[in-house]
Amino acid sequence: MSKKTLIVIGNGMVGHHFLEQFADTPAAAHYQIIVFGEEPLLAYDRVHLSEYFGGSTHSDLALGTLDWYSEKAIDLHLDEEVTRIDRHQRQVTTLQGNYPYDELVLATGSYPFVPPIEGNDHPHCLVYRTLADLDAIKASADGVKNGVVVGGGLLGLEAANALKQLGLQAQVVEFAPRLMPVQLDTDGGAVLKRKITELGVQVHTEKATTDIVPGERARLRMNFSDDTHLETDLIVFSAGIRPQDTLARAAELEIGERGGIVVDSRCATSDPHIHAIGECALWEQRIYGLVAPGYTMARTLAACLNNDPDAAFTGADMSTKLKLLGVDVGSIGDAHGQTEGARNIRFNDEAAGHYSRMVISADGKKLLGAILVGDNGPYDTLLQYALNDIELPEHPETLILPESEGGTPALGPDALPDTAAICSCHNVSKGNICDVIEAGCSDLASVKAQTKASTGCGGCAALLKSVVENELEKRGVEVSKDLCEHFPYSRQELFHLVKVNGIRTFNTLIRSHGKGRGCEICKPTVASILATCWNEHILATDHVPLQDTNDTFMANMQKNGTYSIVPRIPGGEITPDKLIVLGQVAKEYNLYTKITGGQRVDLFGATLSELPEIWEKLIAAGFETGHAYGKSLRTVKSCVGNTWCRYGVQDSVAMAIFLEDRYKGLRAPHKIKMAVSGCTRECAEAQSKDIGVIATENGWNLYVCGNGGMRPRHGDLFAIDLSDQELISTIDRVLMFYVRTADRLHRTSVWMENLEGGLGYLKQVVLEDSLGMGQELEAHMESLVGTYQCEWKTAVEDPEKRKRFREFVNDERKDPVQQWTEERGQRRPVTEPA
Amino acid sequence: MKPRTQWDIVCDVSDLVPDSGIAVWTSNGPVALFYLPERLPALFAIGHFDPCSGADVLARGITGDIKGEPVVASPIYKQHFSLLTGQCLEHEDVRVPVFRALVDGDQVRLEIPVAGRSEQAA
Ligand code: SRM
Ligand SMILES: Cc1cc2nc3c(=O)[nH]c(=O)nc-3n(C[C@H](O)[C@H](O)[C@H](O)COP(=O)(O)OP(=O)(O)OC[C@H]3O[C@@H](n4cnc5c(N)ncnc54)[C@H](O)[C@@H]3O)c2cc1C
Ligand code: SF4
Ligand code: FES
Repeated sequence: MSKKTLIVIGNGMVGHHFLEQFADTPAAAHYQIIVFGEEPLLAYDRVHLSEYFGGSTHSDLALGTLDWYSEKAIDLHLDEEVTRIDRHQRQVTTLQGNYPYDELVLATGSYPFVPPIEGNDHPHCLVYRTLADLDAIKASADGVKNGVVVGGGLLGLEAANALKQLGLQAQVVEFAPRLMPVQLDTDGGAVLKRKITELGVQVHTEKATTDIVPGERARLRMNFSDDTHLETDLIVFSAGIRPQDTLARAAELEIGERGGIVVDSRCATSDPHIHAIGECALWEQRIYGLVAPGYTMARTLAACLNNDPDAAFTGADMSTKLKLLGVDVGSIGDAHGQTEGARNIRFNDEAAGHYSRMVISADGKKLLGAILVGDNGPYDTLLQYALNDIELPEHPETLILPESEGGTPALGPDALPDTAAICSCHNVSKGNICDVIEAGCSDLASVKAQTKASTGCGGCAALLKSVVENELEKRGVEVSKDLCEHFPYSRQELFHLVKVNGIRTFNTLIRSHGKGRGCEICKPTVASILATCWNEHILATDHVPLQDTNDTFMANMQKNGTYSIVPRIPGGEITPDKLIVLGQVAKEYNLYTKITGGQRVDLFGATLSELPEIWEKLIAAGFETGHAYGKSLRTVKSCVGNTWCRYGVQDSVAMAIFLEDRYKGLRAPHKIKMAVSGCTRECAEAQSKDIGVIATENGWNLYVCGNGGMRPRHGDLFAIDLSDQELISTIDRVLMFYVRTADRLHRTSVWMENLEGGLGYLKQVVLEDSLGMGQELEAHMESLVGTYQCEWKTAVEDPEKRKRFREFVNDERKDPVQQWTEERGQRRPVTEPA
Repeated sequence: MKPRTQWDIVCDVSDLVPDSGIAVWTSNGPVALFYLPERLPALFAIGHFDPCSGADVLARGITGDIKGEPVVASPIYKQHFSLLTGQCLEHEDVRVPVFRALVDGDQVRLEIPVAGRSEQAA
């Protein structure tokens, strides 16, 4: 039997999701699938488009892989625009040819609306929708200072942030009297406007542009209807989207009055063989400009093509939770209180810049909608009340009041009905989660893998975690936080015990709070805790047996039992004299020499007994230990900064050296890496570090909890335009809080992901001092800085400690199993011992 | 027939590091010596060679106990070796040699197979 043909026009977010949903279903076997995408790139995550300016590439944003398409035998034609649909012949036309179909899916998305203003076709008038648009913006922004975004809605503010990231002075021009008119009310818009202005983005509301002409001081001049004007080098139009329905119109499918391809609840257009999903589709007079409803349509269509009689698209929730220019904004349900008899509760803290509004049903029992600006803390809870018709508590205002005013934020996972939507990206309800747990999933990771929950936008991570843990606990599955068989405590609890009881040795701790003699898990963990609390030398008699070999010998053990040596080279800056010493020492001991990924030099192949001799020489030349072996600060990477670079706006090298000197030696649950970039071009890759600092005209932007390595994570923007002093005290607090509360071997990225309340909570603790411990954290850090010693210097000067560095305590010979060979002019171990 | 052995002096008591290991050279090759003062007996000796990584490193691992059995964890790939039997807890067919050790005044002695007759030497 020959296969029928299914053609999909549009390889965007929804088109791709449809293929993912459809490819493995029984019906798919009957079709040859052909996909046309106008863009030259495989479908990518438009929601996170702005991250492209933060350093993400197309492959980071890509939603699938070419391999997946070929595995599923899907014929993918990228860079091939469909120009015509012939419904009678049932074929589509592209510049390359004609392709017949049996079923056709339109997933053409939408395009940015550019208001009909004279001069809007100037080459530096741009839009913000595709990666190609972003490339154009980047090119246009090169070497200029100012940019204007026309449109103060959700996408406009994102675009403004992007311009800011490119180093431009960004301004927003909005026609309406307030920002985000769709999602916010007057007060909410005003709070947002003030916060954004404070962040250095000027906002002009109630401005109608009449025309755009060449400027005098900049490329362009915008004239407004109130006779004012503005000069700018580039303009990004972000004044709304319009459904991409051109093909459908030409093919005379039914189109809505204001655009959009009319579909029924089974995503069929007026031609039963043509279907439309995503932003191009109009359902009950509505276009959904968000990705989750599009995904729901995609799932619905996949089910319909499988003849599932129950499949139907029945509308979607348009609630949104966003972070715009670092400001929390949330809008839920009937945010404007249009329901009959609706009542309002408003809370407006002008000093803190927090605005919250709840819209409540006439009988006061149900939450109909809400607006949040400045703090999305209550968002998850409010959304659950609204979506699930949960009856409000007696004093509903407590849901939006700050905790200090008697607020009770969280809605326990038990209170949620089974139908409660936990992850809207992947349509996972609490009931779905309970089902997979019943079927055997016994931890968060496996629930995620089974349901895909929390693998989309990630907004539901905290809620998912609490639901899963609650369900597991209810089923008697112990969510064990014990460190190991010797200590029935988590690392954080042990930290507390050590600190509060003033415990200074492992033996005291295990006798009082543990059992047995310890192991390779609890010993180094406790050693690290003791180091952060009391900062004694790592080789003090009591601590020696606790350390991993790397810490015991203050060098990383290599596969053949030799060690590597990594002296500290703060910020990557090194004098020629010091470089020469490294060369001389390496030559004398025949050490393999390599530049590391952390801007320093690694010398490999030293035997145990050579280590102190080598360090003696390095210390004499002014080097210090680099802690390459420790769970502690590694390197602070820097770019060259404004002392040399024509774009630099601050002295990134000096700051990197300062930070490296300040935090060197700090013992932590895992290693810590930092970087400082001298401008937004970000040559030091600061956003992939635990602590990342990027210079701005006015100071420093701080990113936290980034990670390279196995599971890369972009750092979160934590605070902006900090002075030197503010930067240091903020980092002090973040690091100290991490060191005190993280689990063993959790990098800051994993810690952040597990931190209840996430970034918002960390900001409260650090920036607003919500726990009242800011001073104490800083003082603790200060005391550690004050008690720093170069461990290697202390060790080489102490004959007792040096005794440890003997291969054999009773013989001078070198280890006989080590075998060497030579490669590219240097010595290396023989890979397979003979 | 039981191989002939001799009790060699390998180091001073002061060379031992409490709760940790040191390596000594013997006529039978490298041996790892562990001193766990809270146990009786307190001295343990096993081969220093780690069969899992092919390097002489076991004396540099962390000591401890797993369900009461004294062990050392290889510093390279972290497998555990019983200090009583030399058995690797992760791999049934991997085992390192075990030696008897005792304190003789200020010195430590190890029972070593007489060179040339050893079944362990390989
Ligand atoms: C030497 C170096 C590779 C090189 O030749 O460039 C290196 C070498 C090792 N890395 Fe690394 N990493 C080196 C830069 C990096 C980087 C790049 C960077 O720092 O910019 C990364 C990714 C960035 C990051 O960490 O976020 C990196 C991510 C890792 C990871 C994965 C960490 C993670 O969170 O996923 C490990 C494994 C671990 O720590 O558990 C690791 C572990 C190791 C160990 C310690 C593995 C081991 O236990 O033997 C290697 C020790 C070699 C030695 O003896 O010195 N190394 N490692 C680099 C030393 C930099 C330095 O000057 O200190
Ligand atoms: C900057 C930005 C931020 C956003 N943030 C959010 C957010 O936070 N939350 C949220 O829910 N949504 C957000 N969105 C909206 C979200 O990206 C869209 O809802 C989603 O991409 C819609 O998917 P789609 O497949 O319908 O359209 P698209 O992803 O636009 O895909 C349509 C594709 O079809 C192609 N195409 C069109 N015509 C043809 C043709 N004739 N032939 C071949 N190919 C064609 C287009 O080139 C395009 O690649 C954001 C959008 C942008 C631009
Ligand atoms: S990438 Fe792997 S092999 Fe290379 S240095 Fe890092 S840890 Fe070692
Ligand atoms: S809601 Fe987006 S990942 Fe769950």
